[in-house]
Amino acid sequence: MKVLVPVKRVVDYNVKVRVKADETGVDLANVKMSMNPFDEIAVEEAVRLKEAGLATEVVVVSCGPAACQETLRTALAIGADRAILVDCGETELQPLAVAKLLKAVCAAEAPQLVVCGKQAIDDDANQVGQMLAALQGWPQATFASKLVLADGKAQVTREIDGGLETLEIGLPAVVTTDLRLNEPRYASLPNIMKAKKKPLDTTTPATLGVDVAPRLKTLKVSEPPRRQGGAKVADVADLVNKLKNEAKVI
Amino acid sequence: MAILVIAEHDHASLKAATRNTLAAAARLGGDIHLLVAGSNAAAAAQQGAACAGVAKVLLADAPQYAEQGAENVAALVLSLASGYSHILAPASTFGKNFMPRVAALLDVAQISDIVAVQSADTFVRPIYAGNALATVQSADPVKVITVRGTAFDPVADGGSAPVEAVAGAADSGQSKLLGRELTVSARPELGAAKVIVSGGRGLGSGDKYRELLEPLADKLGAALGASRAAVDAGFVPNDFQVGQTGKIVAPQLYLAIGISGAIQHLAGMKDSKVIVAINKDPDAPIFQVADYGLVADLNEAVPQLIAAL
Ligand SMILES: Cc1cc2nc3c(=O)[nH]c(=O)nc-3n(C[C@H](O)[C@H](O)[C@H](O)COP(=O)(O)OP(=O)(O)OC[C@H]3O[C@@H](n4cnc5c(N)ncnc54)[C@H](O)[C@@H]3O)c2cc1C
Ligand SMILES: Cc1cc2nc3c(=O)[nH]c(=O)nc-3n(C[C@H](O)[C@H](O)[C@H](O)COP(=O)(O)OP(=O)(O)OC[C@H]3O[C@@H](n4cnc5c(N)ncnc54)[C@H](O)[C@@H]3O)c2cc1C
Repeated sequence: MKVLVPVKRVVDYNVKVRVKADETGVDLANVKMSMNPFDEIAVEEAVRLKEAGLATEVVVVSCGPAACQETLRTALAIGADRAILVDCGETELQPLAVAKLLKAVCAAEAPQLVVCGKQAIDDDANQVGQMLAALQGWPQATFASKLVLADGKAQVTREIDGGLETLEIGLPAVVTTDLRLNEPRYASLPNIMKAKKKPLDTTTPATLGVDVAPRLKTLKVSEPPRRQGGAKVADVADLVNKLKNEAKVI
Repeated sequence: MAILVIAEHDHASLKAATRNTLAAAARLGGDIHLLVAGSNAAAAAQQGAACAGVAKVLLADAPQYAEQGAENVAALVLSLASGYSHILAPASTFGKNFMPRVAALLDVAQISDIVAVQSADTFVRPIYAGNALATVQSADPVKVITVRGTAFDPVADGGSAPVEAVAGAADSGQSKLLGRELTVSARPELGAAKVIVSGGRGLGSGDKYRELLEPLADKLGAALGASRAAVDAGFVPNDFQVGQTGKIVAPQLYLAIGISGAIQHLAGMKDSKVIVAINKDPDAPIFQVADYGLVADLNEAVPQLIAAL
């Protein structure tokens, strides 16, 4: 069984981004970029399926500029077998476009399982996996905290607002990862070296026959209102007094 | 053109987020239809009919909607979609699950997690964990939108809309629910609570979390929340997590206890009206957003606070 894992190159989760003064976007110059943390979890899960003998091949795919090769190499170092870059240059990619590109990749690769992150931590859209599942007519299990494959089916425990639920879905399917699915390993130096020699193919939206034109126009990106925090209270009595008489919230 | 809002409910009653979503819909201008897809969900539909601003409730009552699975709910919404200019649902795990399927099959963008409506085609949404706000305009014929509940005050009762039965779409049979483990609690829902007591890794253990924070929450009539670190460490269940990738909350009062204030945590609570932080580290980033910061050992401060309330 082949597993496909889409991985996205995003601003590292430790970076606090700054809005550009002209409000056209956030300042990404010289900012540290990393693999979306949910996608690391997805790659780890796929590699574990292979190690357990349940998957035969793990293919990773990233859509974006050439720099996404770095992200793909990271995935190969974790243990993926092969990578595909859908080189979109600097074109802005929105979730529907990414889902269509992934659909085209699925047509060529015929995976039985696609494991996506539940959301990318930059755009926080939380859409791509579900969109891909819909375009393929496949079942989905989002926000997974446990994945068990048996008898051509997947049993997936999902983190939902009220707690947990477990679904059984047929394959092929899309699963999206939540934080507690696994703890991704650190790639070892030998594996990082090996990853450099693993195959990485490049294709383009035009070759895949996908129109990636954005549907949403970003009119501006602005700074959220700042909180005036920072005040300290002396002790518990002072705190209770202020909550009662100043903030009047208790 | 009319607007379709998809209700989140448990068949017997509407979830609070439905009322926030109706409030966002009211900003768009147009008749609002509320879809209740459920199984034996007449009671939820009646509550919907009583919401201010609802012109009509569509009730799809069929066994395949008992579990609220994404495949079936999306197929139903698609079967009803023509004639609507906007389709809205809460940006909860319910709405996030099926709405992108609707958008993809309508071949339109989804506008995720909006916090403001500027016009019928222009919306504001947070990106980068709320560190930036994007104003986006959609040229698509139908706008598929998920709504951040905390950004819109819930609509009250006051309507008396008719309830119209609609046929369900065929059962996809693609997904089977094996079981649910829901957190049973007499406390308010995190998303709708006026006061939230939230604990982090600083609590040290699940036992300490319960010993210190439950009585405090009892005194304040509060919901309980947590940081990711507290959930990962097993102190509390996953549905307690507040943050960028957990629940977004904006209560009147948020108490962060033993929480450092990572960007991802702040993203989930920084719109709270009043924030209290109790932390022994005076340099913890949580103090930068706190209205009332108390530098103290929580093991001493929390029992004192309980006694003083
Ligand atoms: C140069 C550039 C500029 C952009 N500028 C803007 C802007 O100004 N405003 C704006 O709103 N958006 C902008 N975008 C788009 C935005 O960053 C997202 O790529 C897009 O909206 C997808 O949403 P998401 O990643 O949040 O999707 P989600 O649905 O949150 O992602 C979920 C999962 O889908 C998969 N996935 C998502 N994207 C990719 C990918 N590219 N390759 C492989 N797998 C993927 C991953 O598994 C990920 O975990 C820009 C993109 C580019 C490349
Ligand atoms: C992709 C991704 C998504 C994430 N999503 C979320 C999210 O949604 N929500 C979230 O919360 N986090 C999220 N995180 C994690 C986040 O980065 C932090 O790791 C987490 O919030 C830290 O939790 P904490 O504050 O409880 O723990 P810590 O950072 O370890 O802080 C513990 C605090 O307790 C204080 N303390 C210790 N002992 C005492 C005592 N006796 N008395 C008083 N104070 C004490 C310490 O001074 C410290 O400030 C995410 C991370 C990633 C990478």
